[in-house]
Amino acid sequence: MATQTSTTALPDTTAGPEFGRRWLEVVHEWVTTVDHKKIGIMYICYALIFLLVAGFEALLMRIQLAIPNNTFVSPQVFNRLFTMHGTTMVFFVGMPILFGFGNYLIPLMIGARDMAFPRLNAFGFWISAFGGLLLYFSYLGGDGLYGAGTAPDVGWFAYAPLTSPAFSVGHSTDYWTLALLLSGVGSVATALNMVATTICMRCPGMKLNRMPLLVWLYLVTSLMVFIAIGPLTAAQIMLMLDRFAGAHFFDTQAGGSAVLWMHFFWIFGHPEVYILVLPAFAFANEIIPVFSRKAIFGYPAMVAATIGIGFISLSVWAHHMFTVGMGAWANTFFTLATMVIAVPTGIKIFNWLATLWGGKIHFTVPMMFAVAFLFQFLIAGLTGIMLSVAPLDWQLGNSYFVVAHFHYVLVGAILMMIFAAFYCWSPKMTGRVLSEKLGKWHFWLFVIGFHLTFDFMHVPGLLGMPRRIYTYEADRGWMIWNLIVSSGAIFQAIGALVFVYNLVWSYFKGQLAGADPWDAWTLEWSTTSPPPAYNFAAIPSVGSRRPLWDLKHPEDPDSNYEM
Amino acid sequence: MLARQQWRSLAVLVQFASGHDPTSIFAPAGTPAHSIFGLSMLVLGITGAIFLVVEGLLLYVLLRYRYRETGSEPAQEPAQIYGSNQIELSWTVIPVLIVVILFLATARVIFSTELARKPAAALDVTVIGHQFWWEYRYPKLGIVTANELHIPVSDPSHPTPAYLTVSSADTDHSFWVPRLAGKTDLIPNKVNTMWIDPETAGLYLGQCAQYCGAQHAKMLIRVYADSPQQFAAWVAQQQKPAAEDPSAAEGEAVFQHNACISCHAVAGTVATGKFGPDLTHVASRDTIGSGSVPNTASNMRAWVDNPAHFKPGALMPEMHLNDHDLDAVTSYLMTLK
Repeated sequence: MATQTSTTALPDTTAGPEFGRRWLEVVHEWVTTVDHKKIGIMYICYALIFLLVAGFEALLMRIQLAIPNNTFVSPQVFNRLFTMHGTTMVFFVGMPILFGFGNYLIPLMIGARDMAFPRLNAFGFWISAFGGLLLYFSYLGGDGLYGAGTAPDVGWFAYAPLTSPAFSVGHSTDYWTLALLLSGVGSVATALNMVATTICMRCPGMKLNRMPLLVWLYLVTSLMVFIAIGPLTAAQIMLMLDRFAGAHFFDTQAGGSAVLWMHFFWIFGHPEVYILVLPAFAFANEIIPVFSRKAIFGYPAMVAATIGIGFISLSVWAHHMFTVGMGAWANTFFTLATMVIAVPTGIKIFNWLATLWGGKIHFTVPMMFAVAFLFQFLIAGLTGIMLSVAPLDWQLGNSYFVVAHFHYVLVGAILMMIFAAFYCWSPKMTGRVLSEKLGKWHFWLFVIGFHLTFDFMHVPGLLGMPRRIYTYEADRGWMIWNLIVSSGAIFQAIGALVFVYNLVWSYFKGQLAGADPWDAWTLEWSTTSPPPAYNFAAIPSVGSRRPLWDLKHPEDPDSNYEM
Repeated sequence: MLARQQWRSLAVLVQFASGHDPTSIFAPAGTPAHSIFGLSMLVLGITGAIFLVVEGLLLYVLLRYRYRETGSEPAQEPAQIYGSNQIELSWTVIPVLIVVILFLATARVIFSTELARKPAAALDVTVIGHQFWWEYRYPKLGIVTANELHIPVSDPSHPTPAYLTVSSADTDHSFWVPRLAGKTDLIPNKVNTMWIDPETAGLYLGQCAQYCGAQHAKMLIRVYADSPQQFAAWVAQQQKPAAEDPSAAEGEAVFQHNACISCHAVAGTVATGKFGPDLTHVASRDTIGSGSVPNTASNMRAWVDNPAHFKPGALMPEMHLNDHDLDAVTSYLMTLK
């Protein structure tokens, strides 16, 4: 409030209201905003910064692992790098970027003027951003009074008892715990908002079975966030009690249980994978139809498969624990549960294929990324089936095969769809289309780098290379594979830089987008780019799943065919 | 469905790609590793077939239905198809059938491995994980050693598998020798079991597979599968008391008057420490630092001087001995055959 008073008191010497504003006013506007579009963009920007940071950490690790017995970084630094890389990518890149797109798109797609709880929305963003800053502040503050520590080095799933005071001195683990706790609070706030918005704010005519699939998938994701974040938060609080109040939940030296932590963490951790991947599916559900010029094939099946994945994903967590000695019956159960999830996931892939079938496929940059997603997500799913086979997991669990598998999901599927979403929707956000030429450079550099890195990363896993080792023996035959893997990282890094350059260049110089650059069918394309603060001058009313199709083809509206 | 013959050729292909690698999961040399290998061929066959069919369809669709500029005529939208329940049903039922097959094959291997009957001739070994080394105890033979596990070769007609009872003294670890079996975690406050039965004599390598701290990477495993005669000789030698070599008396004194004995044990002497590896027969081992470097006098001297030469982050501190004492301790340790 004080800032506001002082700025209004300053003499306004500028000519236009838009261009001459002082930067402080701009900052003030963004900091205090409750507009879902601005919050969405802030989520995306903050996630992009962390994406570059965590990507740089990965690059350092790949330099270290390029050759055996390398001394580029010390073991302690390496252990911090993989911990920070994993934690950052999951909690401060994946979650915020997906929440950012959800925040931006959901109200526009359901014809609403904002989220149901705009102030809660801002709270969710700022608390989660604070968590990210806290995680990185550990580089300065993690030493604590003991003079040991700096950044967390316990791995992103932080198995007990490595996190107990006996093995983790200083405050690095405390920063990790607090960062995740805060990010969890922000996630629940945003998820709650998305559910309330989807249930209560739809425009007239938009029944649940007329919602764009993107909104459906975000609804399921948000419901999963409710269930999954609880155990994570509980585990963090127990860990803090252990570390600060001398409790013994995970303190094995005093009778605590290391396995208890694993259960708590993975009851969160596995649904988390689906929380991250469902938004990627959501983007694919919008992008694939528009660029193949066809309605999505099997809308009800897609919704059903999504809900199925949501439920089944809550019962598969212990496939991360096939080697901890749960016994034959538990291993059998979790093998089955994990395999079953392939069925609804397969339905999705087949429906996307059927959507492409008979279409007119336009290979724009968003579509190229979506196609790469389809190709790579299938492979990620197949290696997932291999790992669901418990005996195979006894061999491959915690090896580089697993690292390759989940990077196939996180990079090959999720990050590819995030890039697709940028190329598809940033014209709506900025009013300018991203350069297709730079986009194609970005695409090919990144895809080639991705395959060099993650295709070949499976092999050292099959040859017995465990994850999280800062170096390896020269006689194991792993070097050639690691060298190829590391070389791919360079292509990906250049590709990512081209992408960032494209974002900046196109923001200032890109071609003007107009309201509907892709000739698409959902409501966000019916308003200007960027949309006004109130989104729609008049609240729209819809009669089918593709309201803009109905407008463009009044002779053959979609509503005739709704199942 | 692939025939057995085709699976075998697939296996050969995979093995060719992986060469003769000392820790490859495709070079099984024990029963658990063999049954996992067989299962992996089935899984690779099925997933490979799915890969070819679905990616082939994807490529076909992309080529067949790509948009081509057609000149003057206005772009017309393709026919809109909204779905088909029959088709949805078919691509639900077929994956379900595949899952059933995979699940049954998997369950069989889980039960045959985890619930295998323990033969009377089995050897019992207790494995205790430490940051960052392995303690091996043979309770029935009265042997305590470290980092190099000796077990007899197991003849299929008279199987003598080694039953490992595994746990941890500090953080989580995992025992993984890919050519012999899958991994089993070593978790403090929890006792797990696993079994290995190497079919040919030789050295099998592996390493800790659960992140356990700074030197997780150099917590290497060496399993020596000995012939029955070799194994009997090894047991007899390990059961002997520590060697008493008068020429190493000075080094022994240095050893016993420094902090060495707080952590290390040499049976029959005042050295009864438990935090570090038992050194009673340390000179009989091929490597030091849990497989980090060959066990030579110069490596031993460098290790005692400062383990960080080989293994920065190892829990043994820099000993700050002068050159004379270093030489003496080294020659003492090298007599502990």
